[in-house]
Amino acid sequence: MALSLDEVRRIAALARLRLSPEEETRLAGELSAILDYVRQLEELDVSGVEPMTHALAAGETPFREDVLLPCLPPEEALANAPARAGSCFQVPRILE
Amino acid sequence: MSLPGILDRSLTDLSRALERREVSSEEVTLASLSRIEATDGRLHAFLRVAPERAVADARAADARRARGEARSRLDGIPIALKDIFLTRGLETTCGSRILEGFVPPFDATVVERLAAAGAVVLGKLNMDEFAMGSSNENSAFGPCRNPWDLERTPGGSSGGSAAAVAARQVFGALGTDTGGSIRQPASLCGVVGVKPTYGRVSRYGVVAFASSLDQVGPIARTVPDAATLLGAVAGHDPRDQTSSTLPVPDYLEGLEGGARGLRIGVPREWFQGGSEAGVERRVREALAAYEAMGATLVDVELPHAKYGVAAYYLVAPAEASSNLARYDGVRFGLRAPARTLGEMYGETRDRGFGAEPKRRIMLGTYALSAGYYDAYYLRAQKVRTLVRRDFDRAFERCDLVAGPVSPTVAFRLGEKVADPLQMYLADVFTISCNLAALPGLSVPAGLHPESGLPIGLQLVGRPFDEATMLRAARALEREMGPAPAPGAIG
Repeated sequence: MALSLDEVRRIAALARLRLSPEEETRLAGELSAILDYVRQLEELDVSGVEPMTHALAAGETPFREDVLLPCLPPEEALANAPARAGSCFQVPRILE
Repeated sequence: MSLPGILDRSLTDLSRALERREVSSEEVTLASLSRIEATDGRLHAFLRVAPERAVADARAADARRARGEARSRLDGIPIALKDIFLTRGLETTCGSRILEGFVPPFDATVVERLAAAGAVVLGKLNMDEFAMGSSNENSAFGPCRNPWDLERTPGGSSGGSAAAVAARQVFGALGTDTGGSIRQPASLCGVVGVKPTYGRVSRYGVVAFASSLDQVGPIARTVPDAATLLGAVAGHDPRDQTSSTLPVPDYLEGLEGGARGLRIGVPREWFQGGSEAGVERRVREALAAYEAMGATLVDVELPHAKYGVAAYYLVAPAEASSNLARYDGVRFGLRAPARTLGEMYGETRDRGFGAEPKRRIMLGTYALSAGYYDAYYLRAQKVRTLVRRDFDRAFERCDLVAGPVSPTVAFRLGEKVADPLQMYLADVFTISCNLAALPGLSVPAGLHPESGLPIGLQLVGRPFDEATMLRAARALEREMGPAPAPGAIG
């Protein structure tokens, strides 16, 4: 299955990835090859098969009490911020 | 015990020597640090060494010993961590430029548990970026090399962990395994690597790759060493809602019980010419050794195993595309300068991610996008159910499933980088175990008859039955004698 360049651009936009034209071309080829390979799953009859949405048996991972636990102090949570304003993470403008 | 030979000792032997006060943690920590200093320029197993912190921790361990207050068998033992584990105050990059300079404000639960046991962390180990890769060549900071042959890969993604342990830089390490990332490098470097059952070890504070597959486990030079490390980190963690509440047995108890009476399943599908001749020969010899030790070999079938790689390369990238959405330049890590928020996201992620994470984010985003979800992700999750059923059926007739870990011995750096699909197929025998959420390990099964490179045997167990798997691995280890040390770094 060949993925078109337009489709690569559409997916990149969804993934918030800015790609160079060279990357777009290379990825179109690579992703097409991988998608061809995974097509072998179509050979299998999966009708009536439940998807494996949980790896553990029910009851092995119980809910905890809904109580407040200690969390990171704001200074530590902000320590790695590329930019901050007061106790907030600062980002570039959202609207043009 | 003489100091010069001490780095060749197992973790278990060192633990006894520390207990008898034949050597101090400070002495052995300094010896390990010297070994790293002397060898890591060529090996590149470490992304970061933390000598001051390690020596301080070692001195504290010695002080506890002197007071008769040793915390555990691990107290004072030099180890290291794959750079995927968050370490408070110590930079954690996950092998990626996008996390360069990130200093975590908290420790992963497994890091806390190792500290509580007294282990001395020497530093952070090299890995494929975001644990995506089978050769360590996807590390943004340059590949780690194989201590058996510096022109070859140590495997991946926990390549630095396996190489550091094999090269006697540390006595044990932690890695993570999403599709084979502990077992494959352990096999390629001639050490023991254990991927526990999904849910056995907490992932809190472990950088997430594919959350329905990721699991933490030890890499060590002997099975008892690995069992000791696993026992120290396993168990329920209320901060990881996928961690099981099942009690953790003492993995050292019964470890020497031998293989007599075990039924070992041999899946036809893993012996159909999919691995190179020398690998298959050593694996068959290991199976014969089990028979000679009183185990029974049972033919089993895993008819859906061949679909494993295809299912994995939909499930893992889909989950990765979601997990890696958090690297957006807002709260931590790299931020590229830009005029608007949208541009900042795109620029940051373009500069910060290497080729493999980009490839997987793209693949995963596609597989989850409107109109494709049913055909790709949902179908792959159904195939997982089929893979798990194969194992459930096999385990009605056997206690363990055995086969190769990797279809080849360590390959040359550069050999597979141009073809992502060929690289993905390096995990063909290890992936089913992750898809089925089962425990698996790699134990040394000898050297390749021509190249002299190490080969691992894979054992897969029933859910939460790590104990049987470790006992069987220990039986083979005893039968084979001490695994040889690599020769390429002196």
